[in-house]
Amino acid sequence: MGEIERYILIFIGAALIYNILLIRFIGLCPFFGVSSSIETSIGMGLAVIFVMTVASAICWVVWNYILYPLGVGEFLYIPAFILVIASLVQFEEMVIKKASPTLYKALGIYLPLITTNCAVLAAATESVKPGFLKLHVAYHFTFIEAIVYSLGVALGFTVVIIMFAAIRERIDVAPVPRSFKGYPIAFITAALMSLALTGFSNLFGL
Amino acid sequence: MNAFSEIWQDFKNGLLVENPLMRLMIGLCSSLAVSTRVENGLFLGVGATFVLVCSNVIISLIRKIIPDEVRIPMFIVVIASFVTIVDLAMKAYFPGIYDRLGVWIPLIVVNCMILGRAEAFASKNPVIRSAADGLGMGMGYTIVLIIMGVVRELLGTGSIVLFENTIVTLGSGFKPPVIMIMFPGAFLTFGLLMALLNRLQNRVDA
Repeated sequence: MGEIERYILIFIGAALIYNILLIRFIGLCPFFGVSSSIETSIGMGLAVIFVMTVASAICWVVWNYILYPLGVGEFLYIPAFILVIASLVQFEEMVIKKASPTLYKALGIYLPLITTNCAVLAAATESVKPGFLKLHVAYHFTFIEAIVYSLGVALGFTVVIIMFAAIRERIDVAPVPRSFKGYPIAFITAALMSLALTGFSNLFGL
Repeated sequence: MNAFSEIWQDFKNGLLVENPLMRLMIGLCSSLAVSTRVENGLFLGVGATFVLVCSNVIISLIRKIIPDEVRIPMFIVVIASFVTIVDLAMKAYFPGIYDRLGVWIPLIVVNCMILGRAEAFASKNPVIRSAADGLGMGMGYTIVLIIMGVVRELLGTGSIVLFENTIVTLGSGFKPPVIMIMFPGAFLTFGLLMALLNRLQNRVDA
């Protein structure tokens, strides 16, 4: 398999076939929490793309050059990665505030919220231990593959959360039975969207 | 109110009134992903309860000496240590279940339920009440996981298997709709369960 071909497969696998929200149920809290309007979900999506890609890149370096060579990876990776993510979010908040006040305003409160977004920790963990994906068992991503992978995950997240927000805006004005108002109907909607995405499974034999 | 009934109140709170999944809508991701089988729900529930109780106790003990600015990283480090204990213990004693739960064990760290209780309860209340709150919340979480597991495993596979013993079976004439153990089934079950709870609540209020 050629280099480029493998990148494309990893990207599509991460974004569609194993979509992090609807197929793997990771990062659902922001999915239901901030999807009440299209604008906020675009903000959240952008923030996630940014943090997830950089966090995965740094965690890949931390794992491959610090934790793994020292032989402490197995029991230190959870605290190490979460600290990387937490400090990265804080750092990025400061940088963006200084460099681009407009972007900072657009991202607003979503930036700090990302620390507890499990999708970021999951993507970081999987970019060093892709066995979780059942895509390449006992396979190790190279640096570029890890970045392609996390970019795919983040884009899959963004596309789905924006689509979901668009549907929810419509449902808000629709006549829904009283017991189903609010969250229950949102879950049923998510079930139908998830059903649609299962159509991608087994694409390219992934 | 005497001390004992206060503790009982904290414990009971998590079970129904402020059930983390059904009422507070926190810790959703893991509950949807692992509820394909009763067994998975049971193990993740017990693991999360252990982490919740221990981290609530420790955070409550050190709540007066943590500076306010760095409390979130401190909480995360405490939680991450207990999650590492669960991670390694489960890997050692229940390797089969550990493989099935996969990424969900490390992801207990970012389960918003645990950080949420640390922030909202343990950092403001004495040790015993925090332990009671952790236990109540953890059990409320486990109960919902088990209910969802029962519905999905029974409908999706036609029987319930616990520790390799078949507990209940619907007979060979029943053709299980596989959709229930697949991804959309989780959203569907959760949405319907929530609507049911809302309906009961409406009845009681009326």
